[in-house]
Amino acid sequence: MLHSKQFVKKTKKGKVLKVVREHYLRDDIWSGSPLDPESDPACNKLSVDAKEYLVVDTNVVLQQIDFLEHAAVEDVIIMGVVLEEVRHRNTSVYQRLRALTASPSRRFYVFSNEHHRETYITTNVGEGPNDRNDRAIRVAAAWYGARLPGVRVLVLTNDADNRRRALESGLQAMTVQAYARSRTDCAELADLVAAGSSGEGVDDAGAAGAGGGGSGKAAKRKRIYEDHRPMSEVTAGIRAGRLHQGALRVNRFNPYEGWVGSESVGADILVSGRAAMNRALDGDIVALELLPEDQWRGPAKRLPGAAEAAEAAAAEAMDVEDENSLEAAEAVGDREGGGAHLAPQVAPGEHYGEDAAAAGASERRPTGAVVGIIRRNWRTRGYAGSLQPPAEGRPLRRGAASVLFCPVERRFPFIRIQTRQAETLGDKRIVVAIDSWEADSAYPAGHYVRTLGPIGDRETETEVLLLENDINTAPFSPAVHACVPPLPWAVTPADIADPNREDLRHLVVCSVDPPGCKDIDDALHARPLPSGNLELGVHIADVTHFLLPGTAMDAEAASRATTTYLVQRRIDMLPKPLTEDICSLRSEVERLAFSVIWEVTPDAVPVAVRFTKSVIRSRAALTYAEAQSRLDDPRLHDEVSTSLRAIAGVARILRQRRADAGALQLASPEVRFEIDTETHDPLDVGMYQVREANQMVEEMMLLANVTVAEHILRAFPACSLLRRHPTPPPRQFEPLLRAAAAAHVSIDVSSSKALAESLDAAVRPSDAYFNKLLRILATRCMTQAAYFGSGDVAPAEYHHYGLAAPLYTHFTSPIRRYADVIVHRLLAAALRLVPLPDAVREREELHELSDNLNARHRGAQMAGRASVELHTLIFFRARDVVADARITKVRANGLIVFVPKYGIEGPVYLTERPVGAAPANGAARGPAHGATGTAGSDACSNYILDEEKQTVTSQDGALRFTVFDMAAVRITVAEAAGHRRQLVLELVDRALLPESEKAAA
Amino acid sequence: MEFVSPEGLRIDGRRPQELRALQCKFGVLSCCDGSALFQAGNTKVFAAVYGPRVADIRGQALHDRALIKCEYAHAAFSTGAARRRRGRSRKSTELAALVRGALEQTILVELLPRAQVEVCIQVLFADGGVTAACINAAMLAVADAGIPVRDMVAACGAGHLEAMPLLDLNHTEAATGGLEVCVALHPALDRVVLLQADAKASVDTLEAVTTLALQGCKAAAGAMREALLQHVRSLAARRGAI
Repeated sequence: MLHSKQFVKKTKKGKVLKVVREHYLRDDIWSGSPLDPESDPACNKLSVDAKEYLVVDTNVVLQQIDFLEHAAVEDVIIMGVVLEEVRHRNTSVYQRLRALTASPSRRFYVFSNEHHRETYITTNVGEGPNDRNDRAIRVAAAWYGARLPGVRVLVLTNDADNRRRALESGLQAMTVQAYARSRTDCAELADLVAAGSSGEGVDDAGAAGAGGGGSGKAAKRKRIYEDHRPMSEVTAGIRAGRLHQGALRVNRFNPYEGWVGSESVGADILVSGRAAMNRALDGDIVALELLPEDQWRGPAKRLPGAAEAAEAAAAEAMDVEDENSLEAAEAVGDREGGGAHLAPQVAPGEHYGEDAAAAGASERRPTGAVVGIIRRNWRTRGYAGSLQPPAEGRPLRRGAASVLFCPVERRFPFIRIQTRQAETLGDKRIVVAIDSWEADSAYPAGHYVRTLGPIGDRETETEVLLLENDINTAPFSPAVHACVPPLPWAVTPADIADPNREDLRHLVVCSVDPPGCKDIDDALHARPLPSGNLELGVHIADVTHFLLPGTAMDAEAASRATTTYLVQRRIDMLPKPLTEDICSLRSEVERLAFSVIWEVTPDAVPVAVRFTKSVIRSRAALTYAEAQSRLDDPRLHDEVSTSLRAIAGVARILRQRRADAGALQLASPEVRFEIDTETHDPLDVGMYQVREANQMVEEMMLLANVTVAEHILRAFPACSLLRRHPTPPPRQFEPLLRAAAAAHVSIDVSSSKALAESLDAAVRPSDAYFNKLLRILATRCMTQAAYFGSGDVAPAEYHHYGLAAPLYTHFTSPIRRYADVIVHRLLAAALRLVPLPDAVREREELHELSDNLNARHRGAQMAGRASVELHTLIFFRARDVVADARITKVRANGLIVFVPKYGIEGPVYLTERPVGAAPANGAARGPAHGATGTAGSDACSNYILDEEKQTVTSQDGALRFTVFDMAAVRITVAEAAGHRRQLVLELVDRALLPESEKAAA
Repeated sequence: MEFVSPEGLRIDGRRPQELRALQCKFGVLSCCDGSALFQAGNTKVFAAVYGPRVADIRGQALHDRALIKCEYAHAAFSTGAARRRRGRSRKSTELAALVRGALEQTILVELLPRAQVEVCIQVLFADGGVTAACINAAMLAVADAGIPVRDMVAACGAGHLEAMPLLDLNHTEAATGGLEVCVALHPALDRVVLLQADAKASVDTLEAVTTLALQGCKAAAGAMREALLQHVRSLAARRGAI
C-alpha cells in the first residue's frame, strides 16, 4: 500500500486556507467484474455476459439521471471522481445515484479510481480541474480495458472534446443520445435522455440522421426571449434597488401571468405576458425590473377565455418558426381553461380565475418583467400531463419526434420533448422533467420520465393528483415498520402501573366520528360531580407513547406531516397497525390516551382543568348519525346517551359564547360521494350534512385545542407550536362586498364579530339558500390559517380570526397530523413527563418544521379537492344532468355559476343567444368556440357589464343576469386540449329543471 | 459529510481499521541526550530528552526514584492557518501531564534516584492523533537516550464515526466532536498505561473503540520496535567500522 500526499486549497466562508490532506493509494480496489480473476467475488457487481461496460462522466450523471435509473441501463461503472463531483454539485442527484449503486438489483459498480495506485493521476501543469477529472475517467476506463480484454468498455460523454480525446487514446466513446438510439431493444431509453443544454447532443442527433425536430436549427432561430442578465449584475441591481427579488406565483389558470411578492416594493408586482415572464416558472426566485408607470396594467377582467386550441395552434406555429402566428394566437386569448371546477378546489383567499392578490383589484398594479432567475424551482419529480395530439394533416413522424407535452397543471407551460414513442404515449398520462429553457425556444425542453397509465383511468388520474401535490405514497420502509409494536397489541400492566398514567377505564367514554372512520383519535366523556358541577373529558389517542423522537418512524411522519384523504383512498402518516388499531380509540378495548379534563359549572364556565396521560376504555364508537339519534331520543337513559346529552348541552352554550365573541360560521360547499364498493365508481353525490352531533364534537375539540394552546404557551412562551389565522386585509373582502351591495345587503367586515353579525342578518325570507351562498363567498375572502412557532410571531398576531380565539393549536388528531404530535410532546414536556423535544428547541428548526407542516397540509387539502373533482368528472361522464344553479359572479363575457347540489362552480359563456332559447344547436359551449374565436372577445361586445350593480345585460336589453340570480345549467363532460377532461356548464331554461333537482336548492 | 464511503474507504483512502503510515527517526537533534521524530501521516512530533542527570532544583529531587519532567509545545504553523495559539494553555498542560504519566510508568525510575529526566515535545504539524504521537515520540527519544525502561510504550487513538469504530483519526475525522479515545499500552507486559476519552459514549461503543485502539497500539509498537532495531543495527555497524 503506497501513499502519497496531496495539497489542496480550500475556501471556507470566504477564507482561503491551505488544507493538507493525505491521500492513500491502494492495491486492493477491485474491478468488480467476475471476468477479472483478481477481483474479490464478494464485491463483484458487473455481469459476465454484458455486451459492454459503461463508463459515464459527471455531466452525464447530473443531466441524465432519469436515463441511468431506467432498468435497461446496466453494467455501469461509476468512477469515484464522478461520485465526488456529483456530490458537490447536486445533492439530490447524488442521493439518487447512491440509491442506484446501493441497490442489489442494479448492476452499478463504484470504482474508487482516485485511490487506486494505477489509476490515480496528478494534475498536469496548466490543466483545469475539469480536464483533469475527465482525464482521470479516461485513464480508469483504459485501465478497465487493459484489465478486461474480453469486454467492450464504452465511455458515455456529451463533451465533444472529451470524446475526441477518448477516441484518440484508443477508447470507445459515444454520446448518451447515440447510445440510447443504438439500444434498439429498448425504445423508451431514447426518450429518457434529457435534451442537452448545449448544442452538441443535438448536433450529433442531426449527424446521425434521426432529426432533432426544430431544435436542430437552433443557431438560425431568432431569440424569442431576452437573455437573462448575468448573476453579478442581478445581485448588484438588487442591492442598488433597481431590481426586485421574489418568488414567482403563477396564475393557476395561465402560465404567462404571475405575481411576485416583493418586500422592496411593498406590493405584489404583476408579471404579465410571455415576454415579461421570460422563461420563469412557478416558484422560481426571480429578479424583476419594474416597468415605467405608464405601462402598468391590471389583471385581465374577462373570464378566462377558452383558447387552449389557439395555444395549441401557436405551438404548432412554433414548429414552423413563425413568430407572428404565435403573437396572433396570444392576441386571441391566453391559454386558460373554460372548464368548471368544483367549488372547494378554489381555496380560501383565491377567487375563481383570479389570483388572490388580484382579487377585486381592477386598478392598474405595479408591473414588472423578469430579467434574471436567481434560483430555478424545477421539480425533480417531474410534471404530470399528456402529449399534445398532432394537428390534423400533420401525421406523426416515425422515429424520434419532437412533441409538445401539456402539463395537467395549467400554471406550467407546455414542454417540448423528444420521443420515439409518440404513438404509444398518445393516450397516456406521463411524467416529464424539464431540462432547460433556451432563449430561442418558445417552450422549455424536457424529457420523458415514466408512464403513469391511460388517461381518464381513475387510478392513473389519482396518481397524477398525488404527484402534482407531492404526496409521498411509497410504502413505509422496514425501518419504520420496525418501530411499530407487534399486533395483537394490548395495554400492559406496566402501562397501568405507570404513576404518570391515570386509570380512567371506569369512565363512560365514547367517540363520535364519520361513518367508516377507522383512525379514531378522539373520545369524550361527561359526568356530574357531587358539587353540582360537570366533569368533561376529551381523550386523545396517545400517539407519542409509540412515536418516539429520533426514530425512523418519527422522521417519516415528520416529512409526511399529515394523512391525506382522497375520495376512495387514504394515504396514512403512520403505519396502518398504529393508525387503525394500536392508537385508534375503538370501542370496548383498552387504549392509551392523553386526556384533558375540565370541571365546568352548569352554565359551562370552566373552573378547573387538568391534563393527564391515561388508560381509557371506550364504551361506544358512534357515527354522527347514531350520536344524533341518541341526542334526539329522550327515552334513552343509558350511560352513553345521558353523557352525550350532557356534553351537547355544554357544547351548545360554548358555541353560543363563541358566536357572541365573533366566531365566524362559514359555509363550505363540501360534497360527499357514495362509492360503489365493486367498481369504486361514484354512485351519487350530495352536500355534506352537518348535524348537531358534528357541532358538539367540533366544539369539544376546539375547547381542548384552546386549553392546550394556553397551557403550552405558558410553559414555553418562545417555542410552542400554535396555529393562527390572520385577519384578512380589507381588500380581500371586495368581491363579497360588491356582490352584497348588488343584492342590497350590507356586510360589515370591520371585525370578525361585525362580519358574523351582518352575515347572520343577511337573510332573504324567500330564498333559504341566499345566506349560505353569502357565507361561501365570505369563505373565499379568508386568509389561510397556518402553523407557526410562538417565537416567530409577535404575541398580538397569535389570534385565530375565524374562531375568534386569541390562541389556538392542534392537539386532537395526532394520528393524522404531525402538528398534533409535536403539541402532544410539548404538553407532556409542560407536565414534566418528558424533556422538551429537540425539534422545537431551536427556533430555526421549529420554523422549518412549521413551514413543512403548512406546505404538506395545503398539499393534502389540494389533493383531496382534486380527488373530489376527479370523482365528479367520473360521476358526470355517463350522465347528462340539468341542475339548479346560482350566479356568483358576472363578467363581461360570461357568468360564474355555482351548483349547490354538486358543489361545482364554473363559468358559463354568454353568446349572442342564450342557450335556453335554442339549446338544440349547442351554442354557448365556450371551449368549443374558443377554437373559432367567437366566444372570447366577440361576446364582450354583445353584453354590457355593470360593475356597480354586478349585472350583465345583453345589447338589446332582453337578457339580464345579476349576481345571486337563480339559473339552471346542464352539466356535461367535454374533452379539452391536452386531454384535460372538464365539466362544461351551459345555461338552460329553468323550465327544463326537473323537480327533484329543484329541491336541492 | 461522508466519513466512510459505502465502498469502505475513508476520506483519505484508508480502510476503517487501518493506521496511517508511520515513520520514526532517531538522533534528529544533537544538543540533547536523546531525540526522535515520530510521524503518523501528516502528524509530526519531535521529542528531545535531557538526562538522566542531577535534578536542577535540589528540593524537587526524589530520594527513591527519578523525577520526570515534561514540556509540551506546538509550532505556530502546526495547525495550518486555521488556529494560531501560542504559549501554555490548559490543553498543553494536560498533554504534558499525560505524556509524563505514561513515561513514569515506563521508565525504570527506581534505578535512577535523585536524578531527573526532562522530555521536551514539539509538535510540528497536528493532523489528528497528537496525544498518541507525543507519547510515541517521547518513547523513541527515551530509547535513543538509552534510559532503561520496563517495556516499550506505544499509543494509538481510535474514534467512532457513523456508527463505526475507526482507527487513528486524522484531523478532519476528529473535528466532528464524536468519541475519540487514546490508549497507551505496554505491549510485552500487555498492560494499559493510559486510557483517555473525552465524550459520552455507551459502554458497547467504548468497548469496541478501545479494542480497536489496542490493536492499533500493537501495530504501532511493532513498527516502532522495527525502527528501533534498525537504528541499533546501524549504530552497531558504525561501531564495528571504527
